[in-house]
Amino acid sequence: MALSKVNPSLVQNFGRRRLNINGAMQVAQRATTATISDGANEGYRTLDRWRALFSSSAGGVATMSQVNGGPNFKFANSLKVDVTTADTSLDVNHAITLQYKFEDQDIANSGWEYRDPNSKLNISFWAKSTKAGTYCVFLYSQNNTSYNIVKEYTLAADTWTYVSLSFKGSNSQIAFNNDNSSGLIVGWTLAAGSNRYENVVEGEWILTSSGQAQGRYATSNQVNFFDSTSNVYEFTGVQIEVGDTATDFEHRSYAEELSLCQRYFEKDNINGGSGTHRIAINKGSTTSSYYFAVPYKVTKRALPTVTISQVYDSDLTISTHASANTDSHLGLKNATGGSTNTRALAEINWSVDSEL
Amino acid sequence: MEITNAQYEGDEIREGNHGITATIDGQEMSIPLDSGNRHYAEILKQVAAGTLTIAEAD
Repeated sequence: MALSKVNPSLVQNFGRRRLNINGAMQVAQRATTATISDGANEGYRTLDRWRALFSSSAGGVATMSQVNGGPNFKFANSLKVDVTTADTSLDVNHAITLQYKFEDQDIANSGWEYRDPNSKLNISFWAKSTKAGTYCVFLYSQNNTSYNIVKEYTLAADTWTYVSLSFKGSNSQIAFNNDNSSGLIVGWTLAAGSNRYENVVEGEWILTSSGQAQGRYATSNQVNFFDSTSNVYEFTGVQIEVGDTATDFEHRSYAEELSLCQRYFEKDNINGGSGTHRIAINKGSTTSSYYFAVPYKVTKRALPTVTISQVYDSDLTISTHASANTDSHLGLKNATGGSTNTRALAEINWSVDSEL
Repeated sequence: MEITNAQYEGDEIREGNHGITATIDGQEMSIPLDSGNRHYAEILKQVAAGTLTIAEAD
């Protein structure tokens, strides 16, 4: 086709429209299913980049899973929340949400004119719930002074629904630095106590510290999805993009999504998780420490937290070497002592986490 | 986030503390002294609140 026949207004925003990672729920490096509840079981448990939060020690327990299938054959996976212990009496400060966190710089460089109410951030997705009613999506700007904005959507029972919500910029209230800190939370609310919607006007920015100073995650119309163990919520095809209307979901390969996720979490997924990382040395004439470096596939957002489990130890006990850990390689060392002039062998599994 | 058994990590080569070992949500982890790390930020928060203390390095 001759270039003159291509309408620039149709193609100028094609490609890299989706700002978020893992919107089709393809990547689950940690696990494909986990129990979620307040305390030790909240946070990043299954699908990469998606965390569950039980704010202010909210009650209730659920199973969060990556499941096969979705609203149509365009999506092979969905995120599923299945309530196993209900919370029928929400405290005023309680909230249960699924959250996606952006780095400051990814919003600052997104092209969203966030200081202009006429400039929009659009969030589109597919959702289905056994519990019909009104649900909410919120933005939470975290830099400097925090602000929230909430929008509603409605689900019929057991029916996949396509949702497109447009969030406006604010006059001069919100800010995003050009760095790797936590900048913007996008949240999907499943339950919210009254302080979580105090003075909320749908579609208007509100100062988080006003009133009871709780993050505003909902409107007063939000259902309590956690009120019954019969409740199941699923969603997928999440696309967060600059503009006032949703465009078709930008599909990406598993390899690309995995690589993008590995900026925040990486593990030695050898043979799909069944293998181990093997280290073998000849100790020579010393029982002093030996040091090793394992390069990451992707440079991390920040210095990561390291988790190591030793699977096999033959005179070689491995631990982290804190001063040698960087954003690009894992520092390891062996414990001092043991035998000299011997072949020493260790097998370990490791993971590193630099999530927001 | 539940954090217990926090202890600074020293180093044979460089002086000073270079990380913290702790049990977080039931798993032993090595946390860098980096305010951009969410686990370190939570440790500082719990220390400030008086609910967590960090033992000196061995």
